[in-house]
Amino acid sequence: MSVRRLAEEQPETFAFTPESEALCAEILAKYPEGRQASAVISLLWIAQKQNDYWLPKPAIELVAERLGMAYIRVLEIATFYTMFNLAPVGRFYIQMCGTTPCLLAGSEGLAAILRRRVGEQGVVTPDGLFSWREVECLGACCNAPMVQINDDYYEDLNPERFEKLLDDLAAGRPVEIGSQTGRVSSEPIGGLTSLTTLYGADGRHGPLSMPVTTQARG
Amino acid sequence: MLEDKDRIFTNLYGYGDWGLKGALARGAWDNTKKLIDKGKDWIINEMKASGLRGRGGAGFPTGLKWSFMPKADPTRPSYLVVNADESEPGTCKDREIMRNDPHLLIEGCLVASFAMEAHACYIYVRGEFILERQRLEAAIEQAYAAKLVGKNNIHGWPFDIYVHHGAGAYICGEETALLESLEGKKGMPRLKPPFPANMGLYGCPTTVNNVESIAVAPTILRRGAAWFASFGAKNNAGTKIFSISGHVNKPCNVEEAMSIPFRELIDTHCGGIRGGTDNLLAVIPGGSSVPLVPAHEILDAPMDFDSLRNLKSGLGTAAVIVMDKSTDIVRAIARLSYFYKHESCGQCTPCREGTGWLWRVVTRMAEGRAHKREIDMLLEVTTQIEGHTICALGDAAAWPVQGLIRHFRHEIERRIDDYAANPHPEPVLGVAAE
Amino acid sequence: MTRLFVDDIEIDVPPEYSLLQACEEAGAEIPRFCYHERLSIAGNCRMCLVEVKGGPPKPTASCAVAVRDLRPGPHGELPVVLTKSPMVKKAREGVMEFLLINHPLDCPICDQGGECDLQDQAMAFGVDASRYAENKRAVEDKYIGPLVKTSMNRCIHCTRCVRFTAEVAGTGDMGAIGRGEDMEITTYLETAMGSELQGNVADLCPVGALLPKPYAFKARSWELTKTQSIDVMDAVGSAIRVDTRGREVMRILPRANDAVNEEWISDKARQVVDGLKARRLDRPYVRKNGKLAPASWQEAFAAVAQKVKDARPERIGAIAGDLCAVEDMFALQGLLCSLGSASLDCRQDGTRLDPRFGRASYLFNPTIAGIDEADGLVLVGANPRKEAPVLNARIRKRWLKGGFPVVVIGEQADLTYPYKYLGSGPQTLRAFVEHPPASMERPIVLVGQGALARPDGLAVLALAAEAAAAAGSGWNGLAILHTAAARVGGLDLGFVPGAGGLDAAAMAKAGALDVLFNLGADEIDVEPGAFVVYQGTHGDRGAARADVILPGATYTEKSGTYVSTEGRVQQADRANFPPGEAREDWAILRALSDVLGARLPFDSLAALRARLYAEHPHLARLDEIAAGSALDLDALLAAAPAATAAPFVSAVADFYTTNPIARASAVMAECSALSQSLMRRAAE
Repeated sequence: MSVRRLAEEQPETFAFTPESEALCAEILAKYPEGRQASAVISLLWIAQKQNDYWLPKPAIELVAERLGMAYIRVLEIATFYTMFNLAPVGRFYIQMCGTTPCLLAGSEGLAAILRRRVGEQGVVTPDGLFSWREVECLGACCNAPMVQINDDYYEDLNPERFEKLLDDLAAGRPVEIGSQTGRVSSEPIGGLTSLTTLYGADGRHGPLSMPVTTQARG
Repeated sequence: MLEDKDRIFTNLYGYGDWGLKGALARGAWDNTKKLIDKGKDWIINEMKASGLRGRGGAGFPTGLKWSFMPKADPTRPSYLVVNADESEPGTCKDREIMRNDPHLLIEGCLVASFAMEAHACYIYVRGEFILERQRLEAAIEQAYAAKLVGKNNIHGWPFDIYVHHGAGAYICGEETALLESLEGKKGMPRLKPPFPANMGLYGCPTTVNNVESIAVAPTILRRGAAWFASFGAKNNAGTKIFSISGHVNKPCNVEEAMSIPFRELIDTHCGGIRGGTDNLLAVIPGGSSVPLVPAHEILDAPMDFDSLRNLKSGLGTAAVIVMDKSTDIVRAIARLSYFYKHESCGQCTPCREGTGWLWRVVTRMAEGRAHKREIDMLLEVTTQIEGHTICALGDAAAWPVQGLIRHFRHEIERRIDDYAANPHPEPVLGVAAE
Repeated sequence: MTRLFVDDIEIDVPPEYSLLQACEEAGAEIPRFCYHERLSIAGNCRMCLVEVKGGPPKPTASCAVAVRDLRPGPHGELPVVLTKSPMVKKAREGVMEFLLINHPLDCPICDQGGECDLQDQAMAFGVDASRYAENKRAVEDKYIGPLVKTSMNRCIHCTRCVRFTAEVAGTGDMGAIGRGEDMEITTYLETAMGSELQGNVADLCPVGALLPKPYAFKARSWELTKTQSIDVMDAVGSAIRVDTRGREVMRILPRANDAVNEEWISDKARQVVDGLKARRLDRPYVRKNGKLAPASWQEAFAAVAQKVKDARPERIGAIAGDLCAVEDMFALQGLLCSLGSASLDCRQDGTRLDPRFGRASYLFNPTIAGIDEADGLVLVGANPRKEAPVLNARIRKRWLKGGFPVVVIGEQADLTYPYKYLGSGPQTLRAFVEHPPASMERPIVLVGQGALARPDGLAVLALAAEAAAAAGSGWNGLAILHTAAARVGGLDLGFVPGAGGLDAAAMAKAGALDVLFNLGADEIDVEPGAFVVYQGTHGDRGAARADVILPGATYTEKSGTYVSTEGRVQQADRANFPPGEAREDWAILRALSDVLGARLPFDSLAALRARLYAEHPHLARLDEIAAGSALDLDALLAAAPAATAAPFVSAVADFYTTNPIARASAVMAECSALSQSLMRRAAE
């Protein structure tokens, strides 16, 4: 990682929305009395999501006050954990996995596309739609190469599929999350080699199969 | 090959229903009360007898770990913490458990917590796994609604289960760093002793287990230690999810018996090596932290803790990264060195300063812009990191480079010769972009 | 006790000892950077690695492993720790190499040079050449306040400063942001540290990353002469070392004294240095035609002699200030005595403490080290963070250990530890006395001058004494916190009004006296009337009101005895000389006494001290706390007026400007301005 600093331009204030407040209350209830500092990552995350996926200075201070922590302790957290964006990102914030398993599967091709279409890492496109970073292993190695865009994984990419994905996002067309080649998860392509007695060789015709269409959320 | 009837993760691929109904149909939560009623000693002994070794990478016997927990003390409650911070490059198995078979994990949490007299369990999910976290939370909600867990559940062991998440730090997969992070601090590993079993979360007795280790526990207890122990070589018991990525025709996760030979694993489930077996260059058999093994050594090696250790590598998380002959092996390892530099917490001098040094030198070597004498220097720098740090990240950073030099020194030397014959002034890739 | 071998030496140490401590006990030198015996153990620098025989085949961080965690050999052999084995040597060389690859080679321009742990240990444990061919890391310097300068390229990330501010200072000012090789030590977005002990981080820094800002590029450590002294900026009696080059004080550093300041000093104690040189009175002055004019000693003495001759004894008085050495007050007391005056007072702030109620009535009886043994604290009209920051750190240290409730009667302020606020004034204290909490068996009732320097001070003192007496026997919890370094010494001497004499406030009244000797009392306004002979060091309030100025010596410029708030008698050595024609204070008084025809019976400091010790034997027992006389509660109750309802106000409003030396310091002025603006911002 490189040196991480807060953005130069900062909003004056930050306040949790009622929805965020409800989430915060839910989070805080998880931890024993006097251990509310445990919620610091979750609260910062809630703040970041509320604030277009980046974490402004007043939010860091608000979370510190809320949890009875010194500002510097929360700043430490915000700069240590790399999912906290300390400056504005694009509406579609692309985290491209570049670690070896994805590298072996062609992540450099994705990076080239991102450099061409979006620009250098951390730079937001003029239309505000995209920004990107190369990140470390996102733990979807059997579906490499892959990217995370905002909350969701997009897997089994290649340059063509990735360009199409970016086109669709830019045009506001709906996209499928997860595998871009129709895999349900990390099963072998073209037919199961295990669990066939339960799901059949294609996964769709065994005693436990259910109509699976795409990866659904929640 | 492992038969489906002996597979624990029967919805590994998500073709069935992840929810409670599906889980019940697959046999989860099947009379869990009976297991509980046999008592904590029976559970721990059964876990010991099963030979299950931790699935998070270190391979410490799970039953033994559980037995380290002290007797319950009302002033210092015991905790179970599940390590779902799956971040080891190559590893993507816990993700499938959480999103496709979450009830196996939840049931395991209950059984393990009961065995360790813990009434609360935290599952620490890596921050990037947002869908997986939501899936797991939904499954927990189902379990609460069905009174399978909770203060007043049908199993008679008051038990709460909470999902906690990180925000992007590989180091939080180290158990004490995970506890620090869970307490709201930076994920910096703690000094040991004291070990978590004495001073863990909030200073209380705590056991940290990998998702897979916990998720297999109910099935082991239900089907018996002898059943589980019947798979794999001696001291390497059980079934295991292998994550195979890289240059195979069909990368996938698959649950197989321990000690399955590499060739069989790849040929049966992954459609073979891309370009045929002869095209295999090397394999990283246990996640990025273990040294690579060249093709001729790995092909017929049983995939288990002891066999791979004899090859000076390790089973780790059983994340098998396959590299064929098209691979730029020095760059592949240099990228891992970048990973460790990026993920070093910065606490210990050797790791903080050494990981960057390794990365810069290996990256130069990938282009041949180095001196041959630097190879031995690099090797020595890795030994100055290895074993000199609080946690194992220093070791993990050193080993891939050691494996590279051990098996591909000739390749590095060739590049140095090539560059010396044709030097150019362009900056070194990667390092220049720093 | 646990027995083990360190190299070939068998030792027996307590089981909680770390291997590092055990090795030191055996005389083996263990290099270290992050380890500091007064901070929590981080174990991150990896410099203190040793080999444990029979242990894992890798070196062990000796700071982080307790002796009791060692396993005996297979046949019950004692554990063996090796500090000189090839494994250890190699490990140290490796760590040292890592520390140096990104450390700049700027020792020639680094203020830490010559007293740098990294330099020393690189010489002792490193190798002579670097194999690092890449670029060195560049780190932006940070602003962290007016007292500590940063040069962050040099930082080795030991985190001592972070742990100090979090644990000892309790302000949590510093942190390490980022991670890995990009980890950076800083304050929150480069705000100034908020602790009164922040200067200590520069001492703790083992390299030249954090350095005292006012001292930057002023001197090299090997040019300095080091003199042991005692701090007088507050009444704690912190052990200090005054470093001088030629006649000039270059810097002040703490000395370790476990019983008093451990090894911390307040920022005022450390950085008041420039105040020692500014606004100094370096020659006598005599007021002529309403203006102070330079004069010779003879002229000044003659002017005094004239006035004294014309004054009746009861129209002569003396007030001693807050920074006076015992010797100076003893000489002045002797002079007043021979002039026949009973009007003398060392309590310019009007505190009602009086030696006639017993020595125990004005001491910090539990002692500073005794804070460690207490099980509760009642703060009465005191803000120890401002009045005695080092003592406050001791309180915080005790609080951190747990089982130490703190209650406050007085002002609510950020003390760096939580407390229960009971109320603001004497009624609350009375309620507390009537319903003492049962939980405290060894409480400290800490009474500040804010509760005593007021008309009902004796009533407050009586209540506090009752509160303290409610605790178990064998424990005297009454703890008077003084703010003036000279005060306990003055009370020990009996530098208070004799029969018929006036106290400080009465002496300062218009027309109360004909001649007033003012020995460095700059915190009191003397109204018109009296002819004021001001003997002091700085052009402050006292000098402005003076008719004759006799230039004296500061605490670094004389050998002097000080008695701390806990009654500890300590002696400061002379580190340098007073400027110009200024002289040591006892000698001025001795010379003046000759001119006044009331010659003091000593010709040397040794002779003065011989007399002093004859009259006050406890003052001869340096570094000790004499038991002294017990508190006479009956006398106190008889003398005490009724308590008022006025709330207590801390005696120190602005920590940085409490005395003339501090007020002359530009560094303290900057700190003061900064803290005022922070307070204003916090209030908004």
